[in-house]
Amino acid sequence: MIFILRAFKQAFFLIFGFNREFYGVIFLTLLVNATATFIGATIGIPAGVALSEYEFRGRRPVLVLVHAMMGLPPVVLGVFFVLLFSRSGPFGFLDLLYTVPALIIVQVVLAAPIVAGFTYASLEDIDPRFGLQARSLGATHLQSVYVKLREARAGLVAAIIAGFGGVVSEVGAVMLVGGNLKGSTQMLTTYTVQEMRKGNADLALAAGIILIIIAIVVNVFLTRLQAGKGQREVETKGVTGAYIHG
Amino acid sequence: MRQRGLPARTSMVSEANPILEATGLTKSYGGRPVLDVDRFAVRGGEVLVVLGPSGAGKSVFLRILNLLEPPTAGTVTFAGREVQGLQGKERVDVSRRMALIFQDPLLFRGSVEENIGYGLGVRGVSSEQRDMRVRAILDVVGLGDLAAKPVSTLSGGEAQRVALARALVIEPEVLLMDEPFASLDVPTRRALQEEVGEILRGRRTTAVFVTHDQEEAARLGDRILVLDRGRIVQEGSPREIFYEPETEFVAGFVGFDNIYDGEVLSSEGGLALIAVEGVEIEAVSDIEPGAGVKVGIRPEDITLIPTSEVEAPASSRNSLTGKVTEVELRGPVARVTVACPFPLVSLITRRSLEELGIDVGAEVGVRFKATAVVVIGEGR
Repeated sequence: MIFILRAFKQAFFLIFGFNREFYGVIFLTLLVNATATFIGATIGIPAGVALSEYEFRGRRPVLVLVHAMMGLPPVVLGVFFVLLFSRSGPFGFLDLLYTVPALIIVQVVLAAPIVAGFTYASLEDIDPRFGLQARSLGATHLQSVYVKLREARAGLVAAIIAGFGGVVSEVGAVMLVGGNLKGSTQMLTTYTVQEMRKGNADLALAAGIILIIIAIVVNVFLTRLQAGKGQREVETKGVTGAYIHG
Repeated sequence: MRQRGLPARTSMVSEANPILEATGLTKSYGGRPVLDVDRFAVRGGEVLVVLGPSGAGKSVFLRILNLLEPPTAGTVTFAGREVQGLQGKERVDVSRRMALIFQDPLLFRGSVEENIGYGLGVRGVSSEQRDMRVRAILDVVGLGDLAAKPVSTLSGGEAQRVALARALVIEPEVLLMDEPFASLDVPTRRALQEEVGEILRGRRTTAVFVTHDQEEAARLGDRILVLDRGRIVQEGSPREIFYEPETEFVAGFVGFDNIYDGEVLSSEGGLALIAVEGVEIEAVSDIEPGAGVKVGIRPEDITLIPTSEVEAPASSRNSLTGKVTEVELRGPVARVTVACPFPLVSLITRRSLEELGIDVGAEVGVRFKATAVVVIGEGR
């Protein structure tokens, strides 16, 4: 019990003592996770839209692949990317192994399918007649897709939340691809693992607290986005009849 | 002053030049035909009602006319130009001269005015112009005070008014409506039917109105077209459809609850004598004797009288007697089935039911005019 209290105290000093090395880890974590989520959403949302809106050859297999990737153990992805980026691998010449870009790349590959899968699912849930209605009022196909995306906003934000959740909690892949190099590719999760192994439970706990804070702050922000201008989805459905005859 | 993306109204459209036409139009889903329309035309300024049961292909028909879906075969002509199968910008340009209202309002997330301005927005109309036109249309549909309200707070009737305004504000050359009032409660539906009728006539809007409700068709239609299993089975004025149905299906659908097989015994001077299950009925028709026919009578055209008043058949009037087999109360009216010996259904007020003391088992007289009997030739 005393041990835990001491750990909290240490964590407190680490956080409010503005330890330079520790804040470097925080900064890198934010940078990599935010960039990966952003790029992952930039790829994942259009991919989800394409899967839901367009009939193309190979749509089914792509969908299965996306869904499989959503549940892929990140550490497997890590092994795969280490092989790709290692000196003798096909992308060895890029010299990416154990660099920040490698961290971002592997996390984008993690986040994008999650965002795509959730985007696809939330668009499929929207009454297809919303698209028809928009087009019958003069919308081009693209404009009608935008209407559906707006209707699916809660689902889209959930997709981004899930994508971010996937990367922020990730250890295995960044450990393998980044190497957990102190001062260059060390992230909060890998830092936690390392300090715990060294017996520094206080440092591990401090990192854990920061991760929880990041997750809460980001999700408060995203959830606010999801709720919109105080509109409650529950009421809308009955009145606009979106789901009555679907 | 012309707005970008909003072509000026074509003044060439008249009865002689239908604005929207279709020829040889068919649609199949997975080999199953759902629509087969030989010829169809909407004249400028008319309200054309497409009446038919659910599953008759009405909605598909509207979507094809609005270029939301291509037909399997056939042509759609809009303002003199063949438009089926257009793609991309060309399709959008033609589609933008029409607007379609669905059964459910399908309002988009946002406020009432944002919804109404949607069609103008995608056409690139400036925001000042848009505001002006949205305000004006809000007054037309009586929603002036609700402009800023989020659509999630509206009642069903208000939501459908917004949907109507959202289409009207575009000033479509043809307004397509797919059972827009079917989800509303009866008083709201009646009120909106009346208002929409006035708005359409007041603005001389050309409209195609799809419904399965014969009352609605009668209220709104300048012309009615009856659709059955994807085919047009009759086309005419409301009077023709409701009083001179040409097929058994149309007769049944527009309320001829009494339909029988009959044989024409004689025909003279426009008055035919027809045998229905051994009973002779007079009908106004110049059909040839000897023909097998269908005979239809609307239940509201059949009056019940005390047996003492049943006289010998007078000219152009049928009088029969029979036993009441069923009385079904429907609020202020009652449906009474009388075995004459074939079952004749009569619709009378509840008051006359009570005054005549009609109950199951009672003997009553039945009377209907020869003009109330519609005769449908065999093979129709």
